[in-house]
Amino acid sequence: MKTVKILVPSGALGLGYDPVALARGIALKPDLIAIDGGSTDSGPSYLGRGVSKYARASTKAEWAGLVVARAEAGCPLVIGTAGTCGTDSMVDWLYDITLEILAEHGITAKISTLKSGQPAARVQKALAEDKVSALSAAPDISDEVLASCTNIVALAGAEQIAAALKTGADIIIAGRTTDTAIIAALPIMRGLAAGPAWHGAKIGECGALCATNPQSGVICVDFDDNGFTITPMADGAHATPHTVSAHMLYENSNPFILYEPGGHLDVTNATYTALDASRVRVTGSKWHVGEHYTVKLEGALIAGYQTIIFALVRDPRYIENISDWCDDILTKHRAKACARLGLEVDDFTTELRIIGKNATLGDMESATETMSEAGIMGIVTASDQQTANSIAKLLNPYLLHHPLTQAEEQPTFAFPFSPAEIDRGANYAFALNHVMVLDNPMDAFTLEVHP
Amino acid sequence: MSTVGEIVEKVRSKNAGPFWLTLDIFCGSPAAFTQLSTGLSTERVAALFKAEPDKVLRFDIPALNVVKFSLPRPQIQGAVADRDMHGASFAPLLAELELN
Repeated sequence: MKTVKILVPSGALGLGYDPVALARGIALKPDLIAIDGGSTDSGPSYLGRGVSKYARASTKAEWAGLVVARAEAGCPLVIGTAGTCGTDSMVDWLYDITLEILAEHGITAKISTLKSGQPAARVQKALAEDKVSALSAAPDISDEVLASCTNIVALAGAEQIAAALKTGADIIIAGRTTDTAIIAALPIMRGLAAGPAWHGAKIGECGALCATNPQSGVICVDFDDNGFTITPMADGAHATPHTVSAHMLYENSNPFILYEPGGHLDVTNATYTALDASRVRVTGSKWHVGEHYTVKLEGALIAGYQTIIFALVRDPRYIENISDWCDDILTKHRAKACARLGLEVDDFTTELRIIGKNATLGDMESATETMSEAGIMGIVTASDQQTANSIAKLLNPYLLHHPLTQAEEQPTFAFPFSPAEIDRGANYAFALNHVMVLDNPMDAFTLEVHP
Repeated sequence: MSTVGEIVEKVRSKNAGPFWLTLDIFCGSPAAFTQLSTGLSTERVAALFKAEPDKVLRFDIPALNVVKFSLPRPQIQGAVADRDMHGASFAPLLAELELN
């Protein structure tokens, strides 16, 4: 029976992996090493700026381990969503890092890059042609919103990764892809059934998160035409029918249906069987081809500039009246910011989050324990950094000295920093939760082979 | 009366992309699953997160002893008013809910 063996070193490059488990996986002679390089989970700033959340040194150290392991295994190495956000800038960034690693280790490799960046004009044209549709809970979009995005990416699927594999590359550096596509592409390309390919990819994409000892990272997924088998590589890591099937819950709004470019996976009737204490066999996963070939879009834009300011309050009388105290400051501060800076109330927002009371959950908070101290996190958002900074500076005298009543000695609260205000730069927002129809899967992607 | 967290093994909340939040209640036993599955209404969960009940997806999964809810994020991830970038802190709110 035709089989494909894929080694997944970790849930993401930057999270680390067990080198002993990696060596054990390499010894099994995988057909491909696949690792994810990012996600939206760290927020819109990375996509908006086109930068990585992990330090370059961390990325380089972990990527070097895989580049060297690949040379030993003699199979391709693919990374999806390079540099956290998968913008074109991050593909170039990781390509440069790869060249440094190859030179430092004296090894050669053929590299292909797949870019997922979308010019606003392409998406605007698709929007005009009714080829862009909103997913559930999507924000409204327009030509203006698309034009104001600092980065738009489309999520590549199995077809684009397969095209990159067909270049014969040793190393494939892909921009934004679905987490699963880098794993599902090869079994599908080799003619194996798409249901198990996508399902095995979904279970495998977070590395050993589908097993016990999840931080060990490395797992092996063996695909065939009827199903797939999950084998964790680290000592003390065991996959069980429970850990594997429960992984479909993880960061998934629907644990049975998974939409991917070109169709959707249905695991409602999948069967999970323990082969031994560590390995699980899965069968019964179904793939349904969609009516149109669609790719998901992500975009981020600048939604104002922020300055933050912290103060700490320890006086019991102030703690007892902390919400009233904050409300009074906000009222007085708003009036002063408008008067002194010539602003309208709608030009900016100022929020005082009371750390120790409800800073995490806001008005959903149900706990009412008494507190002994409060941190006050002032968040100012305005249309430019200088204005945000000025508004935050106007908060300073209040957070330092604002009295609960007029008839009391002037209080002074604790500032942990000088200067008290901290510019946060541009505040980005996710602007797209849409899919775009493509006539040909490669239409929105750029594949380059580097000699 | 017990809270959800006193009955079950673990409550987890995570982003399901920037626009959705998903909550997984790992009940740990068939008895706890039955208690949760029958005792916790979708309406109560919707009210807890100030969501419209018809926007809340619910999955009762006896094979895993899991009850799962997914809903549009109370604030889009990273929006100015968002308080938790990764969405993990919504779990205690559900765990502390009294089950009738």
